[in-house]
Formats: sequence, structure tokens, C-alpha cells
Amino acid sequence: MTQSVVVQVGQCGNQVGCRFWDLALREHSHVNKKGIYDEALSSFFRNVDSRRGVGGSCDITGGRIQSLKARAVLVDMEEGVVNEILQGPLRELFDSTQLITDVSGSGNNWAVGHWTYGSAYREQIVDQLRRAAEHCDCLQCFFLIHSMGGGTGSGLGTCVLKLLEEEFPEVCRIVTSVYPSAEDDVVTSPYNSVLAMRELTEHADCVLPVENQSLVDIVNKIKHMSHSGKPGSVIKKDSAIISGQGGVSGAEKPFDAMNNIVANLLLNITSSARFEGSLNMDLNEIAMNLVPFPRLHYLVPSLTPLYTLADVNIPTRRLDQMFTDAFSKDHQLIRADPKHSLYLACALMVRGNVQVSDLRRNIERLKPMLPFVSWNQEGWKTGLCSVPPVGHSHSLLALANNTCVKSTFMELRDRFTKLYRKKAHMHHYLHVDGMEQGCFTEAISSLSSLIEEYSQLDATKDRLMPDAARLNIAT
Amino acid sequence: MSIVTVQLGQCGNQVGQELFEVISNDANDTQRKVYSECSSERFFNETANRELVARSVLIDMEPKVISQSIAKTAKSGKWRYGDRSHFSQKQGSGNNWANGYCVHGPRHEEVVMDIVRREVEHCDCLAGIVAMMSVAGGTGSGVGTYVTQCLRDAYPNSFILNHLTWPYGTGEVIVQNYNSVLTLSHLYQLSDAILVHENDTVHKICAQLMNIKHISFRDVNKVIAHQLGSVLQPALTGDSHGIYNRNPIGELMSSLVCHPEYKLLSVCNIPQVSSSSMAYSMFTWPGLLKHLRQMLIANSKMEEGIDWQVRAPSLQPEGIKRTGSHRRPGFNTSLANLLILRGKDVNNAEISGFQHPSLYTPWLPADEAFSMWKTPVPFNKYEKSAILVSNSQTLLRPLDNMVGKAWNMFASRAYIHQYTKFGISEEDFLDSFTSLEQCTSAADSVVVAWRSSEPWS
Repeated sequence: MTQSVVVQVGQCGNQVGCRFWDLALREHSHVNKKGIYDEALSSFFRNVDSRRGVGGSCDITGGRIQSLKARAVLVDMEEGVVNEILQGPLRELFDSTQLITDVSGSGNNWAVGHWTYGSAYREQIVDQLRRAAEHCDCLQCFFLIHSMGGGTGSGLGTCVLKLLEEEFPEVCRIVTSVYPSAEDDVVTSPYNSVLAMRELTEHADCVLPVENQSLVDIVNKIKHMSHSGKPGSVIKKDSAIISGQGGVSGAEKPFDAMNNIVANLLLNITSSARFEGSLNMDLNEIAMNLVPFPRLHYLVPSLTPLYTLADVNIPTRRLDQMFTDAFSKDHQLIRADPKHSLYLACALMVRGNVQVSDLRRNIERLKPMLPFVSWNQEGWKTGLCSVPPVGHSHSLLALANNTCVKSTFMELRDRFTKLYRKKAHMHHYLHVDGMEQGCFTEAISSLSSLIEEYSQLDATKDRLMPDAARLNIAT
Repeated sequence: MSIVTVQLGQCGNQVGQELFEVISNDANDTQRKVYSECSSERFFNETANRELVARSVLIDMEPKVISQSIAKTAKSGKWRYGDRSHFSQKQGSGNNWANGYCVHGPRHEEVVMDIVRREVEHCDCLAGIVAMMSVAGGTGSGVGTYVTQCLRDAYPNSFILNHLTWPYGTGEVIVQNYNSVLTLSHLYQLSDAILVHENDTVHKICAQLMNIKHISFRDVNKVIAHQLGSVLQPALTGDSHGIYNRNPIGELMSSLVCHPEYKLLSVCNIPQVSSSSMAYSMFTWPGLLKHLRQMLIANSKMEEGIDWQVRAPSLQPEGIKRTGSHRRPGFNTSLANLLILRGKDVNNAEISGFQHPSLYTPWLPADEAFSMWKTPVPFNKYEKSAILVSNSQTLLRPLDNMVGKAWNMFASRAYIHQYTKFGISEEDFLDSFTSLEQCTSAADSVVVAWRSSEPWS
């Protein structure tokens, strides 16, 4: 069994990370009734004898759970969020060495996060990463969680990404990036996002983009459904999708529902690596199957079900509905409709009591409606994990490498250009040591060429591409 | 004489386990002592405490499947795997053939071959090695190919049969066509014979014949195991004079693989029914064999939905140009066939329908192209069953499709960077494509070229 390390950077990154740890604990305790520290737990948690001093140098393998520590590194350049975590119910999960904090924050300035704090904390960060890696028997993947619009998550987060590539080149880097909505209250978020995009394109293996606006829409829709009083549409109480209730933390805070969705995304993506199933899908298989060209590694996530109805339908129909929903606009975590763009590849990770025949039936059913690129007409990667998430009988996570991300990037480019044309706020960036005008031009040019690559593929969409001529064998 | 099985990757291990399950049930079930003993000796090693230990080596690059298998069999109590007969790692091969072949294979070669050696040493006499794997993933395909190479080097005089599971046409692994092309092109040089099961075909059998509503991989694996078991269990060959064949794999190969360029074998089995209908079914040899023959020539893998319109070409006497029978649509020409009959009244079965020269290519006389084994012992609860192992055109179309899809993808160079980073170059891909195109065009032309005296075009 392999282990993964979560690196959460910045306010958003740490808040989402927190939700993730809460839900992960809940999921494992649901399955692991005997309190044995098993392989599934060890993928994200260490088992430590906390009596024997600080530093966690005394890992216990197998046997009863004593004290669980998260395989995580928490980075934030202001103390508020991390302190809250340390005072909250999850404090036992982290020991002080896993935290890297500063006081004053990055002022929503990517350059400060990336260059100033990046160089100041470089050694400490590398140290903590190395330590986390050493505790792992077989480290497979780093999960980086951050937002794009701010200063720390965006700037320092992408600096950490570069460090991960330098120090651990063989370990997969899966980045969950929260993109700002158009009405974001941080004025410079377009600058921060575009500067970060360049790093993501160059240094990440996979990126799971999530738009705040989509999360808001989903949460609102769910609230609307639960309040609309439609007969039969009662939300199950212990649904883990938007509610953290039943977990360790108590009352919910404003962004909690949105962060829960992202946390569920991470839980589902790792489920097959943690639990057994008839068709396992490991994390290294995700990049292998979904990334046909190195730079085009942005995978649009969609999760179903986002809510569970208490009334019982015929099981098969409900299962099929889950598959249909995964491709509907309302369930995508970015504001895009993949059905109208070109699929390069698609992964379906199913959890629960679902058989391969159900999977195949649904793929056959949905295929005609989904345009796939000519050389990958059967570009489906599937995984079946037998353990469903808490409170549900089955769930589906779809990851699509689809050209619809282009629209998200184009919007970002537009917002960037509006500011850049007027050179607004640039002096804040250029004052920072290590930052130059060139960084801006390179970043926007990287984004433009990425958009261009997607456009070229899009152009093939409705054209009937002839099969490549086969080799002629002389006999 | 014993057979050692090497189970590689998730599929290889899952199917392998079902195979031993079928064989152990079949051997225990029967009243015939000689058959049981022969089957036990072939597949199991009896320990001092009368336990049956499978002659099997389990290899996987991630631990979950193997640990599940071992736990399940230990619980059942009927047979088990050897305590030290398995090897697993943590990371898996990530569906990447290059990772399996260039990295994991060489890295673990010594340990793996050690385990194989120990298993072989437990055999009084080694009849051959069966390597079981899928071609779609990374371990079965990549590590499997590398291990086959090692087996070839370590046991140059032994027979190696590769059992391959081909994936569903849609939706298992996106790079499955690349992995398949790389595997097949290598195995064609290394293996003595390649026996293929296609997931799509077996799935249809489960759906239509066995009436399974929600087909799981376990159901698919059980059908594959049943078919494979019915090929490998003891039988009497034509000249064995009442003693069960000692060298099943060798005899399989000498019957079927008459030419080194044509070694893809397929299996056809009749009857195949759900266990609930079995009690109500009455089968006769004429009925079974008639259907089986039509399944062969009409290229159908099931007794349902056979195209009875397809007929064998009529033969003209020598000297007169033959009709373009090779171009007769739907007709499946065989290079060689092996018919295995198991069950009651087996000596009364009329098999001349399979010996007719019209079924075969003309450059091999029909009595050399056709072989038969039989045993009066029924297999796996079927009172009568007939199995046909064919070296025919059946697999050419699926193979061609697979190569075509892989080629299309290769033309855009999609996913190639994932392979080159582990040491497989574009040149290597081209070599594999070339070698497979040669195989398919050779296999196709052998049927075409020799039949008519016109220069073929």
C-alpha cells in the first residue's frame, strides 16, 4: 500500500485541508470498527506512540491505533487559520513540526509569496517535506491544496510545487487549485492566478481546477432543494457531501459547505488506492491515462451524488442517474459544460456496490452524447472500489481532460489583460526581490499557448478525421 | 508431469485463482481415482500434512489482490497457495507497459525467478509453464512480458503457454492498445503459444447463456477459468492407450502451432449454461458437435446467435480452379483444431465433421490439422462437454482493430511521453507495430494465397 502526503498552503488550502482530514477520519472510522491501524489508514495517517516524545520518530506499524498523525505539511504566512486548527478538535492530528507559519501574510501578492517567503522558508519547507517522506514506506503522491487568487496559496504554493519537483522528481504531484470567481474581492487575483498558472503548467503532473463560483452554485442548489419541501426530497442527515456534521468539528462556518465538496473530491480520488475493489485505480494510473500531452493536464472534476434523496428508487435507475448526472453542467466543479467541448480522456471512479456490467452499460449509453477526440474514441479509464463513502451506497467521481477548461483560462486571461493594460498594481509586484516584468510576459504567454493547444484540438472536433494510414508490409 | 502457473498482475492473479478453484472442485468431484490423481499431481503439490498447495507463483506490483487471493483460499480449506510463492511490491505499474518492462521487471528479476525455480523444483517432472496475464494494464503486460523472457532463458527446453486476457473494447484502460501492441509483439517471439480470451466475448457468454443479470469480473473470470480448466485437465490423446496425457502443453502445441508465425489460439466451449438450468438440460453428442462446428466456421463463441447460413466451401477435385472460398464472407478458416471431449459416451461421438478438408487451409493435410483428446470423466458438473482449441482466423479481426486504434493514437503521439520517460522510444513502438502488421498480414495471406492458382492480390 502506498502513502500520500498532503501539503496545504495558504488560507484556502488549509481550510479545505482541514475539512479533508475531518472527513477522512470519519470515513476510516466508519469502516475500521476494530480500531486496528491498517493499510488503508496508513495511506494518510501515521500511528504514533505519543508518550515517547515529540517529533514522531516512533511510528508504530500494525496493531491498535494509538495516536494518529496526519501525513501533512501545513504552510501559511499568517497565523490565523493554522492557529484555529491547532485549537480545534483536529489538533491532535498535527505535531508542531508539521507547521510552517509566519505572521504578516503575503498581502495577496504572488511575488511576496513566491519569491520573498519562498526563499526565506525554502530550507524549512524542504526539511519538513523530507521528514514527511521518510515516514512513508512507499510514497506515491503529493497532494497540494491551494487557491490561485491570493498571495500565499498562489505564490508560496507554486514555489512549493517547484520544490516538490526538484526534491522528489519521481513522486506524482496532484494539485487541487481553487480558482477565484469573477467577483472575487481580491483585486489582483487575476495577476496571482495567471502567474501561478504558469507554474502549474510546467511543474504539476495533474491539476484539478475548482471554481469558487461553481461551489457556490452547488451549495445554493442543495440548500434550495432541502428547503423547497418537495415530497420525497429530504436530504439524508449524515450525507458527507456538504455537511461536516457527524465529524469531529462542531458548528459549521461559512465556507465549510464549499470546502467539504473539495475535500470529498480528494477522498474519492484516493479511495481506490486505499480500499479494495474489483478494478483498482491507483494514483499513478490517473496521470498515465488522462494526460496525453505533458502540458494538457487539467482535469475537470465532477462529483455525484451531491445529495442523497431519502426516497428509494429502483436501484438500477438510481445508479444510471448517477452516471448521467456526472456529465451534467450542474455537477462540474468548474463553470463549464464538457458535453459541448472535446474530450481527450475521461476517468470514472466508482465507489460502492457497482459491477463492471453497470459501468459498461452506462458508458455505452453516454458515449454517443460525448464528443471524444478522433484518436481516443474509447478514452475511458475506469475504477471500481467496493467501499462507498459514508452515508451513501455508491458514488462517482468523473475526471475529464476536456477542452472546456479553455473557457476558464480565457476568462482569466481577459481579466488579467484588463489590469495589465493599465499596469494597475504592478509596482507592488515589481518591488519584490526576484520579480521582474518578464515574469508577467512569460506567464501570459504560457497561458496563451496553453489556450492555443486546446483550441487546435477543438478545431478537430466536428471534422471527420481520417484514420492514419497503416504501415505497408512487403511480403 | 506437472504444470507451473505464473500469475501476473491483477487479472492474472484473479483468473488464476478461479482456475485452481475449478480444477480442485473438478478433481474432488469425480469418482474416477486415476483422473483425480493425475489432475492433483499436475496442478498441486501435496504436503506432508496432506494439504494441497497450488503449483503457482503469484506476482504483482501492488499487494491488495495477492493478499486477498491468499486469504480467500486459506479460508476455503480445500487448497491453498504456497507460503513463499508470492511476490508483490507497493507501487503498482501505473498501467504503463514501459514501467513494468523496463523498471519493475529487471529490478525484481532475481527474486521472481527464485520463486519460480523453487516451484519448478517441487515438480517431479515439469510439463510446461502457463503464464497468465492481461494485456491492458502495466504489470500483467509489462512485467509479464519481461518474466516470459526470463522464463524462456531459464527453461529453454520447456513449453511456455501464455494465457492472455484481452480487455473490453471500451472503457478499461485508455492506453490499453499501446500496452497490448507492445506485449503481443514481444510475446510472438518469446512464447510457444498464446491462448486468448476476450473480455467482450466472455461478457456476452455471461449475459446471454448464463443469464447473469449484474455481471461482475468474478463471473467473467469464472467462465475463463472453466474454459481454461477444460483444456488443461487430464485427457486421453489418440495414442495414449488409456493413460492420461503426460505432456498436455507440449501436445497442445504440436497439434496446433504448426508454424512459428501463427500462434494465436482461441477457445470455444459447449455447453455453457447457468447452474440453475443445468439440471434440466439434456445434451447429446450429435447436437453439441453440430453446434460447435458451426460456431467454429461462423466465428461465433456461443451456441446462441450462430449464423447457420455460413457454410464450408465445396471442394473441387484437383486441377479445377477452386471457387473464391477464401473470400466467402463470415467463413472462418482454420490452420489447426484440437477437439477435447469430456463426459458420458464419449467414444460414440461422431467427429468427422471436424476433419473435413474444407475447414482448413490446404497446405496442411486435414488429418494433421485436426487432433482429438477425450476422457469419459465429465468436467465441472457438465455431463457432456466439448472444447475446441483453434488456430484460426478468429482473432485476426480483433487483433487488427487493436493495432489500428493504437496506430491512430500513435499518429498523434498521444501518451508517448509517458512511455519514453521509462525507456521505451518511438523506434521501439514502430518496431512493435511493424512486427504485428507482419503477423496479421501473414496470417491473413496464408488463407488467401494458397487456395487459388491465380496470383493473389
